Amino acid sequence: MSLNRREFLKNSAAVAAAGAVGISIPQEAQAKAQEAETGWRWDKAACRFCGTGCGIMLATKNGKIVAVKGDPAAPVNRGLNCIKGYFNAKIMYGADRLKTPLLRMNDKGEFDKKGKFKPVSWQRAFDEMEKHAKKALKESGPEGVAVFASGQYTVMEGYAAQKMMKAGFRSNAIDPNARHCMASAVVGFYQTFGVDEPSGCYDDIEITDTIVTWGSNMAEMHPILWSRVTDRKLSNPDKVKVVNIQTYTHRTCDLGDFNIIFSPNTDLAIWNYLAREIVYRDKKGGGTEDIIDWDFVNKHIVFATGPTNIGYGMRRKGEPSLIPELPDGSAGKYTSLEMETIRKEMSKTISAKEGPALGPYGYVEGDIMKHTPGTLKHWEIPFEEYKKSLAPYTLDYVAKIAKGDPNESLESFKKKLQMLADLYIEKDRKVVSFWTMGMNQHTRGTWVNTLSYNVHFMLNKQAKPGSGAFSLTGQPSACGTAREVGTFCHRLPADMMVKNPKHRAHAEKVWGVPAGTLNPVGNQHIMKIHRDIEDGVVKFAWVNVCNAYQDSASAKHWIRAAREMDNFIVTSDGYPGISAMVSDLVLPSAMIYEKWGAYGNAERRTQHWRQQVLPVGDAMSDTWQWVEFSKRFTVKDLWGEYTLRNGKKLPNVIADAKKMGYNEDTTMYEILFANEKAKKNYPLKLDEFPQKGFDNSEALGDSRNVLGSDGKVFKGYGFMIQEYLFEEYASFGRGHGHDLAPFNVYHKVRGLKWPVVDGKETQWRFNVKYDPYAAKANPGGDFAFYGPLAKALPSGDLKGIKDKKKKPLPNKAKIFARPYMDPPEMPDSNYDTWLCTGRVLEHWHSGTMTMRVPELYRAVPEALCYMHPADAKAKGLKRGELAWVESRRGKVKARVETRGRNRPPQGLVFVPWFDEKVFINKVCLDATCPMSKQTDYKKCAVKIYKA
Amino acid sequence: MANATNDRRKFMVKTVQSIGLATMGGLLWSGFAIEAEGSPLVLRPPGALPEEDFRQACIKCGLCAEACHNRESNIDKETGEQREGTIKMAKGGEEALIGTPFFVPRDVPCYMCDDIPCVPVCPSGALDMPSLLNEKGELDINKATMGLAVVHKESCIAFWGLQCDACYRACPLLDEAITLEYTQNERTGKHALLLPVVHSDICTGCGLCEKACVTEKPAIFVLPREYATGRVGDHYVKGWDKRDQQRAGLRKADEIETQTKRSEEKPVDYLNKEIEY
Repeated sequence: MSLNRREFLKNSAAVAAAGAVGISIPQEAQAKAQEAETGWRWDKAACRFCGTGCGIMLATKNGKIVAVKGDPAAPVNRGLNCIKGYFNAKIMYGADRLKTPLLRMNDKGEFDKKGKFKPVSWQRAFDEMEKHAKKALKESGPEGVAVFASGQYTVMEGYAAQKMMKAGFRSNAIDPNARHCMASAVVGFYQTFGVDEPSGCYDDIEITDTIVTWGSNMAEMHPILWSRVTDRKLSNPDKVKVVNIQTYTHRTCDLGDFNIIFSPNTDLAIWNYLAREIVYRDKKGGGTEDIIDWDFVNKHIVFATGPTNIGYGMRRKGEPSLIPELPDGSAGKYTSLEMETIRKEMSKTISAKEGPALGPYGYVEGDIMKHTPGTLKHWEIPFEEYKKSLAPYTLDYVAKIAKGDPNESLESFKKKLQMLADLYIEKDRKVVSFWTMGMNQHTRGTWVNTLSYNVHFMLNKQAKPGSGAFSLTGQPSACGTAREVGTFCHRLPADMMVKNPKHRAHAEKVWGVPAGTLNPVGNQHIMKIHRDIEDGVVKFAWVNVCNAYQDSASAKHWIRAAREMDNFIVTSDGYPGISAMVSDLVLPSAMIYEKWGAYGNAERRTQHWRQQVLPVGDAMSDTWQWVEFSKRFTVKDLWGEYTLRNGKKLPNVIADAKKMGYNEDTTMYEILFANEKAKKNYPLKLDEFPQKGFDNSEALGDSRNVLGSDGKVFKGYGFMIQEYLFEEYASFGRGHGHDLAPFNVYHKVRGLKWPVVDGKETQWRFNVKYDPYAAKANPGGDFAFYGPLAKALPSGDLKGIKDKKKKPLPNKAKIFARPYMDPPEMPDSNYDTWLCTGRVLEHWHSGTMTMRVPELYRAVPEALCYMHPADAKAKGLKRGELAWVESRRGKVKARVETRGRNRPPQGLVFVPWFDEKVFINKVCLDATCPMSKQTDYKKCAVKIYKA
Repeated sequence: MANATNDRRKFMVKTVQSIGLATMGGLLWSGFAIEAEGSPLVLRPPGALPEEDFRQACIKCGLCAEACHNRESNIDKETGEQREGTIKMAKGGEEALIGTPFFVPRDVPCYMCDDIPCVPVCPSGALDMPSLLNEKGELDINKATMGLAVVHKESCIAFWGLQCDACYRACPLLDEAITLEYTQNERTGKHALLLPVVHSDICTGCGLCEKACVTEKPAIFVLPREYATGRVGDHYVKGWDKRDQQRAGLRKADEIETQTKRSEEKPVDYLNKEIEY
């Protein structure tokens, strides 16, 4: 049957309209619309790539995905896509998909770290994993078993991995690549709001008057959002202003009313300049204007600060890999050149550039600052102290240190700073500040994140329609899985912390494990896992849905440790990449549309999809891999006593386990996954929506008859495992400000922004008008910043705590005094150029998927070294020629480009990291924000010369 | 250096061989007119004279292709060897006149080398160096007019509203040769269309856009300028653009005369015809 055009339009429009307001539509209408394309089954899904969270529709035929379209009903993208999204139908069909487990073996068929990869069965793969994980546990305890997790896990995969790691292995050494991506934003949220994730949503774009981007190339990294920004600008070009604050000129700058090119790290100074303008021009700050919304500030804000001598998150003296220290300056596995930078982790000399900014904190230029490792500690200060912290950020000082383009005049730069301040301050002008990696990948990432809220809070331009500081997320489920599920070393689901005994007790109860099972020490963040492997502590590591050996800075160290030390590295992936290459065992993973899944995007929108096709070869999902792995471990294997590195003991909980009805041989599979709750509450309903008509390789097995971990055909778990994992996870957040809708609802709607209360999503959190939790916390009021973390503070001044007594701060948010400081490595006479890394629109992260799409590969086949033509000329380099980009840690060869999309100022080069043949992370420095532990990929010093 | 010389020799031999083969091919296939004359729709290296003159002047020596292939910016990162060059010498079965240099941007575009190695080596002037000199007398690749990129709107996904602009980002003269035209997407009500627009006064025809285009067959492609451009009559000048007079100003007043079928007859001949009534 065919629909006539009018009917077709009517149906499509109904589908679109229904989706737009988040309601379900009658199945008949949907089916009718689908029949327009004979033989294709269309079903909804989320785009595989960035944190924007575009909705797509996939067409399958004969077990393959044959086409993709933007989902016209998806509110984020209304049927559109960027060019990565345009190729969703092609990403799973690269000729070199991994189809079978591969193990390094010698000629006798034994595992051999120096052997070559050869195909093995799933059973053999799990035998080896079991053996090496048990060996690691025996030698290093739970801290010796680690997982490189992901912001690209589905919600269910992340939850399964975290449950097995934390409740099974009692190891908190699971940390996602999202650590590299938005950890600074998270700590910023925690410190400011007491709870993670943005207050606003994408609807701000259509409502605002001003879009300011800070360290974000939205045009390439969030193209669909950028098209919304562009549309907003077009809708009222005179009123709507776009300003881009960046370290080099890029695609996003094309739309800017003006662009500010700043010197790396001085975004700290620019935010403080804005705050200074606000405070010092205000009547109460000594000025003449009414700028600060004192009513809002008095009701909802406290001022705070914390220590400044927190270091740079690098390795510290005394760590095993830094021993012995030799007279030539080298230390252990680190060369004297590397140590030139690493030594700053212990202490540094205050520079002329940062001296004035650190004045109010008691330092002057030339002082030695001794570092104690990063701390989240902070305390309340009076407004007068905050004001004092801002005193140094005069226009003259900030312009002097922040101007990033040597060819721009100081006057022009100053004028732009003033224009920027005027835009923020202008009464009734709505302002959104967006940022991505520029502010997060920053050795003061937490600081600069909190500084953004300062400005918005004082002007009462936060958590309101069209106004707010908004962290754009890079990965498709950095929010949904990494953050909300809590696949971080220090987190549990729904913003709970492993450190907090009440939170652990709650999780133990939900997970059905004995009290005291969970490990309270969660410090093995992703760089720490790499370092622990190099130190010989972690001996078993599993890479999930990421490329940990291509995406981590100081890469040579981690690769050497993986290949040369006594450990066992496993990588699960769809395609072979660097991580697989340095591993001992490679597992073939089902890719995104080969499994049921859910992602959560940057605006708190949770989106689900069903399994569209069977995986290729013998590939199975990461959920399945975790659940099968759990069958190999019993109560007595994992729940005895352990002594951690810090001397703390994890108690033996075997006796308690028995009291709960388990015995010594009960497997983690029976406890954590196929338990009574799962089997009873989440039965298969193959005749009902949403299960009807769709494959489920985990729950049912499938027609491939894959031989499973026991060598027999895998016939499925026999219950709706994805629904179980999702619902159990969701139970953590319901009633606590993280409410998610039921599993089945998400299969009808185009995602919902949590908290979903009484079936309604939330657009602006903390705002009483929109957020039911705020309304409950502050009835009759306007705002409630109800996040519970760090809501009782001691008090003091900029130099320290004066009164240790903790004062509660219910429903309040914080404005932080935080100074400009130099990063640990800056250009000097030898390494004379800043190196900044990042992405390009055409490729996703390390290119494992997009480098296999012919069109994207052809469009951008290799990473280039973008540099200023004058720098190229001075270094004797011509466009297109090969140059070495060399730091204290390593060098790569890249082709020089002086024209085109990225136009750095003199003194800075940009090299994207997607290309494993231009392995820029060998060059980058693994310094992190010492509070968030997020690596600063945007700043290190290099020299560039002809190859 | 030894290697480079070797490569050079190898390349020369290869080129000569291919010309030899090509000549044979030419003989064998000379029944096909296109084969013998070459298609007019080929793209020539920078500085090439107008097609008719170019064919006369080019001595098919292959030095331009050799310089292109052996340029320092054409070294493969991994192997250290030369990659395939942009300029090819036409063989039998290819669209260009046999033995003449041409390039196919979808395969290898012109990378617009700042020092334009292919041109100064031309011994015959078929690649006209003076046409590529700027006011300061320096070689300036931006002055090249190898062709002109043309966008086919129906197959360009940017016109569907997708956020592509791969051609724009690939353009060495980004925001000059290709700009983006921003318009509102009325269907979605909240997105913008970012449409590539090629500017013929800047576009050199290098073809990096064609190479980068992500559609199956490129929606942006380079044609010889002669075939990709129209021309407005010089009797009309834009009233809103002072510079436009320059375009029309080239007109020679004494050559101005219009002719149609109606004006063919001399006035007297016309008038002496009797009118029917």
